[in-house]
Amino acid sequence: MIHFENVTKRYPGGHEGLSNASFHITPGEMVFLTGHSGAGKSTLLRLIGLLERCTRGQVRVGGRNLAKIKRSQIPYHRRKVGMIFQDHRLLNDRTVFDNVAMPLVVAGLRHQEISRRVRASLDKVGLLNRERVYPITLSGGEQQRVGIARAVVSKPPVVLADEPTGNLDPALSQEIMDLFLQFNQVGVTLLIATHDLDLISNMGRRILTLGQSRLLRDTAASLP
Amino acid sequence: MSNLHLDTWLLRHLQVALASLGRLCRAPLATLMTTAVIGIALALPTGMHVALSNIQQLAGGWDGAATLSLFLKQEVKEQQAMQLANRLRAHPQLAKVQLIDPDLALEEFQRLSGFKGALQALERNPLPTVLVVEPHQQQSTPEAAEALMAELNQLAEVDFTQLDLQWVRRFHAITEIARRGVMVIGLLLGLAVLLIIGNTIRLEIQNRKSEIEITKLIGGTDAFIRRPFLYNGLWYGLSGGIFAWLLVTLSLWTLSEPVERLAGLYQSEFDLSAIDCQTLGLLLLGSTLLGLFGSWIAVGRHLSSIEPN
Repeated sequence: MIHFENVTKRYPGGHEGLSNASFHITPGEMVFLTGHSGAGKSTLLRLIGLLERCTRGQVRVGGRNLAKIKRSQIPYHRRKVGMIFQDHRLLNDRTVFDNVAMPLVVAGLRHQEISRRVRASLDKVGLLNRERVYPITLSGGEQQRVGIARAVVSKPPVVLADEPTGNLDPALSQEIMDLFLQFNQVGVTLLIATHDLDLISNMGRRILTLGQSRLLRDTAASLP
Repeated sequence: MSNLHLDTWLLRHLQVALASLGRLCRAPLATLMTTAVIGIALALPTGMHVALSNIQQLAGGWDGAATLSLFLKQEVKEQQAMQLANRLRAHPQLAKVQLIDPDLALEEFQRLSGFKGALQALERNPLPTVLVVEPHQQQSTPEAAEALMAELNQLAEVDFTQLDLQWVRRFHAITEIARRGVMVIGLLLGLAVLLIIGNTIRLEIQNRKSEIEITKLIGGTDAFIRRPFLYNGLWYGLSGGIFAWLLVTLSLWTLSEPVERLAGLYQSEFDLSAIDCQTLGLLLLGSTLLGLFGSWIAVGRHLSSIEPN
């Protein structure tokens, strides 16, 4: 599903965000990405979402070489990649419902279809009763769940999460991880960047470890 | 495009257009201020255009009244003058011929000029017989009237002819300059409107930066992101045009009474005419296009610089 072949990202000024990274994530896999701050986790995710383009090497997502995607085609690529952020990136002047509906509105779905899917998505993250409120009135954990609902509402085959539990206490973090596990069970490919090793160590999933912009270790899943 | 696609496409545009209108209405003071600035900028050239049209309409009435005065030679007798008058009445290009007898003219002159004593001191009547001829309407252009004058000048009985067209020509020249002036002012103020709308949209783009970033992150195309801003510009332009129309109409209404009184003093039936449909249509279309174009420029310049990080 996600192929990296000798991928290097060099920023203007010479700093390398990622050096010569190669790995392959198969469809339906759930993979964690760890490493200290500045190790290149975010850069790697940004390359997959085409927020950046790599300087060398090749990134392929769903069989498609991202270097071949023209600027005007980037939106259609991003519709197939759900993204979740540490700071949620919600719009505070819109209700929870409207926030979650955004990817569907952008894709031009009909109103009834949007309502149905948004409710299903909010139901999945346990916030169906909060659809009319504004995100600012929700707790951090709830806001993150709204962000997750928005990322999965259009049923993208790939979901990326950048430190989704960064601001949450262990119990809430566990809740979020349980949600990801549920998505993974229905076949979504997940790549989750986190530095919370305690949280992921006993989940038995594959872990890619980055350090100084390089891929240091690729720990295979211990669970079948 | 299938019908279904066309339907959703139209529906989406309608939704965005209404949402944009709603957004403007939720900030009525800011919207009104922008609208007023655009309206005033557009009202100036529109008002000047309407004033000019009115003046030209007024001048149109004078154009037709261009008459020729044929001053006959002193030796021409009254009998001969009447014969000439009858001959000219048969002329295909002339509508009306009026003979002014020198004695009657002198009498009138004495009465009106106040030089009665001085004129009575004269031994004989110095005034020639005058024929006032009025060409047909189609001969009333300055060129045709001049050709007619040359022709009548050839007549043996005529000493000289006078055509009071000079002032009409000058007037035409002045209105032509005014018309150009209005055009230049219109162009400059149109440019100003473009800049006003561009700047307003630029501020709006900055205010909604995070929304644009997030929309880009979730796969919103440039067209999708651009659309609400273009509709904003369109609404600004249209409302500015309507505002300008109201301003001009109000000004005309304020002016109409004194103008009517003035026209009455000149025994004229002249009436200030309001903006005609064509001008109104052009104003509204022009302002809407200016709004759309202004926001297009702003969106093109600023939207691509906002990329999610």
